[in-house]
Amino acid sequence: MALTLNEEQKMLKDSAQEFLAMNAPVEQFRTLRDDNYTPFDQDLWREIVEMGWTALTIPEEYNGLDFGFVGLGQVLEEMGKNLTKAPLFSSIVLGGTALVNSTNSKLKEAWIPEIMNGNKRIALAQDEATYFDPSKIETTATKTANGYLLNGQKKMIIDGERADAFLVVAKTDEKETALFLVDSSHKGIEISTEVLLDAGTYAALSLNQVEVTVNDRVSEPEKGEALLKLVNNTAAICLSAEMMGMIHAAYGQTIAYLQERQQFGKRIGSYQALQHRAAKLFCEIELCKSIVIKALKGLDEGAENLDELASLAKAKLGLTLKEVSNEAMQMHGGIGVTDDVNIGFYFKRARVAQRLFGDYNYHLDRYAQLNQY
Amino acid sequence: METTMKTDLEDFRLETRKWLEENCPPSMRKPMKDASDYFWGGRNATFHSEDQKIWFERMLEKKWIVPYWDTKYGGGGLSREENNILTQEMTRLGCRKPIFSFGISMLGPALHKFANEEQKMRFLTEITAGKTWWCQGYSEPNAGSDLAGLQTKAEDKGDHYLVNGSKVWTSYANKADWIFCLVRTDFDAPKHNGISFLLIDMATEGVSTRPIKLISGKSPFCETFFDNVKVPKENLIGNLNEGWSIAKYLLTHERQMIGGVGETDQKRALHEIAKDYLPQREGQLTDGVLRSEIAVQEMNDSIFEYTIQRIMDEAKTGVNAGALSSFFKYYGTEQNVSRMELMTAITGSDGLVWESDDQDAGNQARLFCRSKGNTIEGGTSEIQLGIIAKRILNLPS
Repeated sequence: MALTLNEEQKMLKDSAQEFLAMNAPVEQFRTLRDDNYTPFDQDLWREIVEMGWTALTIPEEYNGLDFGFVGLGQVLEEMGKNLTKAPLFSSIVLGGTALVNSTNSKLKEAWIPEIMNGNKRIALAQDEATYFDPSKIETTATKTANGYLLNGQKKMIIDGERADAFLVVAKTDEKETALFLVDSSHKGIEISTEVLLDAGTYAALSLNQVEVTVNDRVSEPEKGEALLKLVNNTAAICLSAEMMGMIHAAYGQTIAYLQERQQFGKRIGSYQALQHRAAKLFCEIELCKSIVIKALKGLDEGAENLDELASLAKAKLGLTLKEVSNEAMQMHGGIGVTDDVNIGFYFKRARVAQRLFGDYNYHLDRYAQLNQY
Repeated sequence: METTMKTDLEDFRLETRKWLEENCPPSMRKPMKDASDYFWGGRNATFHSEDQKIWFERMLEKKWIVPYWDTKYGGGGLSREENNILTQEMTRLGCRKPIFSFGISMLGPALHKFANEEQKMRFLTEITAGKTWWCQGYSEPNAGSDLAGLQTKAEDKGDHYLVNGSKVWTSYANKADWIFCLVRTDFDAPKHNGISFLLIDMATEGVSTRPIKLISGKSPFCETFFDNVKVPKENLIGNLNEGWSIAKYLLTHERQMIGGVGETDQKRALHEIAKDYLPQREGQLTDGVLRSEIAVQEMNDSIFEYTIQRIMDEAKTGVNAGALSSFFKYYGTEQNVSRMELMTAITGSDGLVWESDDQDAGNQARLFCRSKGNTIEGGTSEIQLGIIAKRILNLPS
């Protein structure tokens, strides 16, 4: 399968680029942040739903477009360029992927249309510790006569504030991973929020004797581990697509700055010390482009080595985004560390994106493990 | 229409597979040890085995020495798709290239673009027949990275050029039949505008060579000296004083070759070698620092492979990949150098053996030493980064 976009995918990318430049440029990110860290713009979210972006990865049987992750990845990349804030990643990439791949038809019928038309939002409640590690879930799902009792603490929940439901990852009595869909107004749930480095609002949950039924279980017995892995692989790849956009924007702005900024009577881009550093980043970015498209295609084709592709993508993009955002700051000089220019936004968001769904250390380790060393 | 074409290609694949299976001797399907195993062709062609001779002659008869060149020059006339299929099938079976030739990979593309029809007919036909061993005369003792500063001169003497000067890093000059050379034909013009591209028969009176020994202990490199060498005027390729554009075009192909693009040699995974040497606990290397260095190396190696694929796929859709040859050369060679450095770390004292009663020992240390030249030859890494900065990023001078 060629590692290029087809005509329809290119058209989607172009239209996303045009739409976001018009409706959600980086300045909107600044406005939302300055307006008491507003998580996202509701009007923009409605428009995104109308553009069909929430339907791209939803199967036709739920009236979705079944257009695929290569397409969604182009949208996410363009959103990354503009640091666009919208719950597309949380509700569709995370929530949507879990539901689409669930065998619980009642839940699917009830929720997929609702998240696709933007009326409702789902947030994934997985992380519990300081670092990403899905193998160390301690939240419990204790069997009762009619269902389960959920107990535990969750954090780093993307768009968790005012989400309609949480996808809660827990361990059953048999120490099996299971996913439950829990209404956010459910008794026993306490939600708190905090703002992180990227000006994003992240929620923490306290689950205290939360009663759910068997019908709320998203993953069928013995399939929870696989479903969660698929959600996490999809998240790592889609987040890599967003990071690709951030890399393009931060790097592009930096190259433009090297071309115009003058010191010692010359444009600073003429100095070899900066030229070579910029050229080295160019090479790393060429690699990033390849693994992002390869991994997105892997999602659409159900690649056998999806674990490896997801870890390669998140590790490479994590390393490169760190380097690009650091070099972007340094090459901008003093202006780069002020809040007057946008380059700092990418630098900050890079660190949070790095932590979400595993940083490059996590994924390099996983990549080594997958190759048995 | 499209389905017919696809069916035709599928037929071609099956026929090719069958032909290769029937005609490629088993010993020609095993990986080569090093360059001493290659067959180079030329006037004094020597085969290292009977199978190598059989394989070359069968491929020659099939016109597959250069399968994608025009049949009028002795090529196979295969389309790009057919040639890709042939390459894939040869890789699948592990078939060796029937011949190694700078004529195919470097000079040939330049001749196709810049030579006149008479020259193409003469030189391309000899290349496809494996009759000429070509070497390259570019660098000079005082013109390395600053290639355009070259001083070897060719004076117009009416019916011929008189060539004087010397070249360095001419691979296999002591064995080659002909050399393609950059010479200065105008000393008054700005340095890029006074260079011409000349083909010289190494058997001409006044041509001599001296081998250069590298830190690896062996090397194909030579110095080549020209002392009043008479070169017929019909050996000039392209226009007088316009050789620099030919040189740049040819360097693009050289970079891709050194960068490893299109190479099919199967390297054993670094982590597998590491597991032969290093202690493990529950299947994991216990040296965590080395383990993570290996993981980074393998991550970049495998994504570089995807990148070659992506850029080739994009080229098929009409995206010009020419400017990216500096990226391929830079990244491919840097990866190779760091891989060899890691191999030295992994293999410990075994990897340091230079000479030993054990015939196979000593190769790693020598390969390691040889790899240090990769980021220098064909334009240093710094030259490539400069090209990327100027031509791709449009950074000012």
